[in-house]
Amino acid sequence: MGLAALASGCMTDFDGSDTSRIPGPDPERALPANAMDPLGPVAASQDELWDIAFPITIAVFVLVFGGLAYILFAFRDKGQTELPKQVHGNTKLEIAWTAIPAIVLVVIAVPTVQKIFELVEPPAEDAVHVTVVGKQYWWEFTYADEDVTTASELHIPVDRDIFITLDGTAEGADVLHSFWVPSLAGKRDYVPGTGRIMRIEAAEPGVYPGLCAEFCGLSHANMRFTVIAHEEAEYEAWLANQKAPAVEPTGGIVAEGAEIAGSVCIGCHTFSGLEGNADSRFGPNLTHFAEREAFAGYIYDSPFGEQVEDPEQAMEDLRNWIVDPAAMKPGAQMPPFGSGDLALTDEQIDAVIAYLGTLE
Amino acid sequence: MSAIATPRRGLFPRPTATTGIASWLTTVDHKRIGIMYGVAALFFFVVGGLEALLIRAQLAGPNGELLSADAYNQIFTMHGLTMVFFVVMPLGAAFMNYLLPLQIGARDVAFPRINALSLWVWLAAGLFLYSAVFFDGLPNGSWVNYSPLAGQIGPDPASLTLQDAAAAHQSRMLFYSLGLQIAGVASLASAVNFITTVLNMRAPGMTLMRMPVFTWMTFVVAFLLLFAMPVIGIALWQLMFQVRFAAPFYDPTNGGDPVLWQHMFWLFGHPEVYIMILPAFGIISEILPVFTRKPLFGYTAIVFSGIAIGFMGWGVWAHHMFTAGLGPVADSAFGIATMFIAVPTGIKIFNWLGTMWGGQIRFTTPMLFSIGLVSMFTIGGLSGVTHSLVPHDTQQHDTYYIVAHFHYVLFGGALFGLFGGIYFWFPKMFGHLLNEKIGKLHFALMLIGFNLTFAPMHFLGLNGMPRRYYTYADGMGWNFWNAVVGVGAIVIAISFIVFVANVWLSRKNPAAGADPWDARSVEWLTSSPPPVHNFDEVPQVSDRDELWFRKYTQTKEAAEPVRVPAGGSTDNPGGPYGDRVSGKSAKELGIHMPDPSWFPLLLSLGMPIAAYGVFYEGATMIALLAIGGIITFGSMIGWALEPSAEDDH
Repeated sequence: MGLAALASGCMTDFDGSDTSRIPGPDPERALPANAMDPLGPVAASQDELWDIAFPITIAVFVLVFGGLAYILFAFRDKGQTELPKQVHGNTKLEIAWTAIPAIVLVVIAVPTVQKIFELVEPPAEDAVHVTVVGKQYWWEFTYADEDVTTASELHIPVDRDIFITLDGTAEGADVLHSFWVPSLAGKRDYVPGTGRIMRIEAAEPGVYPGLCAEFCGLSHANMRFTVIAHEEAEYEAWLANQKAPAVEPTGGIVAEGAEIAGSVCIGCHTFSGLEGNADSRFGPNLTHFAEREAFAGYIYDSPFGEQVEDPEQAMEDLRNWIVDPAAMKPGAQMPPFGSGDLALTDEQIDAVIAYLGTLE
Repeated sequence: MSAIATPRRGLFPRPTATTGIASWLTTVDHKRIGIMYGVAALFFFVVGGLEALLIRAQLAGPNGELLSADAYNQIFTMHGLTMVFFVVMPLGAAFMNYLLPLQIGARDVAFPRINALSLWVWLAAGLFLYSAVFFDGLPNGSWVNYSPLAGQIGPDPASLTLQDAAAAHQSRMLFYSLGLQIAGVASLASAVNFITTVLNMRAPGMTLMRMPVFTWMTFVVAFLLLFAMPVIGIALWQLMFQVRFAAPFYDPTNGGDPVLWQHMFWLFGHPEVYIMILPAFGIISEILPVFTRKPLFGYTAIVFSGIAIGFMGWGVWAHHMFTAGLGPVADSAFGIATMFIAVPTGIKIFNWLGTMWGGQIRFTTPMLFSIGLVSMFTIGGLSGVTHSLVPHDTQQHDTYYIVAHFHYVLFGGALFGLFGGIYFWFPKMFGHLLNEKIGKLHFALMLIGFNLTFAPMHFLGLNGMPRRYYTYADGMGWNFWNAVVGVGAIVIAISFIVFVANVWLSRKNPAAGADPWDARSVEWLTSSPPPVHNFDEVPQVSDRDELWFRKYTQTKEAAEPVRVPAGGSTDNPGGPYGDRVSGKSAKELGIHMPDPSWFPLLLSLGMPIAAYGVFYEGATMIALLAIGGIITFGSMIGWALEPSAEDDH
């Protein structure tokens, strides 16, 4: 917290932004990603350093600006005829303004180093281990001990250490990304070819927006995700559902959609349990697509989400996405299915959407 | 002797024009070179400024549709490259070129033709880089151009087929790596030139500790350039091979390491920050004493803190990489080093305040810009200290908080200082003052526009807005401040128009004379503008504030100095302007000055031609490399064998 946080907090009142456009189940959070408003112990620990340093910087600011203002007023040219005293310097002053800032800096250096080492301590015993892979332009989450893979929504239990491995050696690793959930922790780069670790933890159930923070290409701005923190029981229920295979298609248009998914979509996507599934990780795992609140790098509301504001618009977005993904999200790697070699008919696309809607 | 000597013939007759376009193209006069640097840099400032306006227009509201993602990426990349390599660095270089010989009482730099070469090579690099617009587009990987994005996987238009996208990407990355390599040649040549000049060409009595602070900072910057440019040069060379010939340096799929690029880039990139800011520190260290009528407070401390910043600047580069996961030991070491580089910077701020303390402050335009630097840079320095809080920096990194910080340093610091320098030395360069009223309007608009633009970015960044986003959704809480930022950018643009208008409207101002500001250092001893040979008689220097002590004397009885009566003083019977310019030419005075030459310009043409060769295959490639190589190396030979125009040697 501090002055900057106050300043950014105040602005929400007169910021005319329309929160309904943010996909995700918590439109109440007017500041979706405020680094100065820590909502978990990791972010809070990082924020403590700010709380130490910020008052010091304000003090220096007041000292320098106050001094400058006084000097500019007191020593303005008043038309004197005689010259001012020609002072060349003062050794005692030089020593003072070398030593005092150095001592002040020690005050912030010590806790900084302490925190650096605290944050790389080994994971707690009950930690949830999640492997994160950033791809142009979406995030994949794998629960190491649970054999669960999902995309764009990271579900976590509250009050538990979430130990994250940013696995740059995973198949499909492309460029640098940076995993950032401002309310829960500072960011860590995803580095292709090697692994990086970080941790997050949420103190309360809720929704915590995440962003890609390292320039990664055309849709760097469209590579969002969300962390959803649950109470333990709710988390376990979510996990159990994720472990289940995809819902069996029930016939009719849904079965037709499942057939297309099983012959076309499985080239890049996983539909666990569907006939033809090849566990492809090139695109997001769609086994439980209808459970998610948003799609396409979490920038469009899913028509099947619980919080969707305008289901008709969302349905149109999903259809347009399948027809021409790059038009909806520049640089998207998914090929267009509305035209070209892979073109599906309108009816086929309807069927696929109908099938996706069943994947609870 | 002369009867048997046959005149040596060069490739061209040595040019002798002193007016007209040819005289500017062939000049080796450091003053003309400095002016050309300045004019070209201000041209690039307009280009980079228009890019900034496009960026701010795109982001003024949510879901901006002015620019496509691809266009935005090219524009923000070029904004960064332009402002760093083609505006702030060369504006500093403009002053170094113009002032360095004048301030140390020399007639020119040590290697005048190499000086001209620096200018033309730098300009060729800028034009080469921007010529990308006629090929497959401008570089689009941001100014830091991290791999693997810069390598095989490009952020290129998805509308293209994969093959076309790869070709476009390769072209853009080659423009980045080759353009900056060429610019680096110019910087290295300047660095060697300035170091030699400072060490060898000072006037009698001009000891190192009597040098003006601007000269001192030039000296420090030259060393930084000398050591930093090879680092980025190697990295760019490797990137070129990675992009063009699939070398593995930074490509993880091929055994390379993307983090290595980050180390190489910032090992250059952080000293680069001081390369940009130290000249401005030097400039205001000249301006503040003049307009307070006091000597610089703590000259020695300011000089040595400048040197200390130069040294420590090599030990903080990884603070640009606190989110890269270097491990706790490296993070701690670089965090602590980053904190403590604030100490020498603080020393400078306090000494500048000490200079003003007890003075008689005249609020002229150069003084206002200098005060602007002291105050705005302080804000940038304080936000800089917060970056050293490593765990918290992981929140700040790659957000608009960082964008705010470095604009407070490089715009609020470097550019305010450089504009102050323009107002201060304009009468020396062009013989007349700029209009003070319009100048103050320029300052006021720039200060307001600057703060409207960059102060809100602190809030945006801490509020979670990352950099390098071509768009943002409504409802992120970023709308209001982005709109304010857009307004600020327009105010900055208006302030620059006011500046240009000022230059135009002031063109018929009366002659300013040698010393319009009652200044202190020896460049004000000679006429405005100075003759080609700078001084009829090289000044004998006996004090740090040489000119001041020719004008004022301090008696034993009264502590305060008094003006020397017109006509002279006891120790300087020639009067305050004892070295007044006679109006005679160098030749008439028997002063040998370096002759103009076509070779620097010619040589600079070879490098971009060879660079274009890298883009092609087979015969075209070989032909372009050969032509470029022949021009470059042929010019060197012609240069080496070039005879003197005068027959007196």
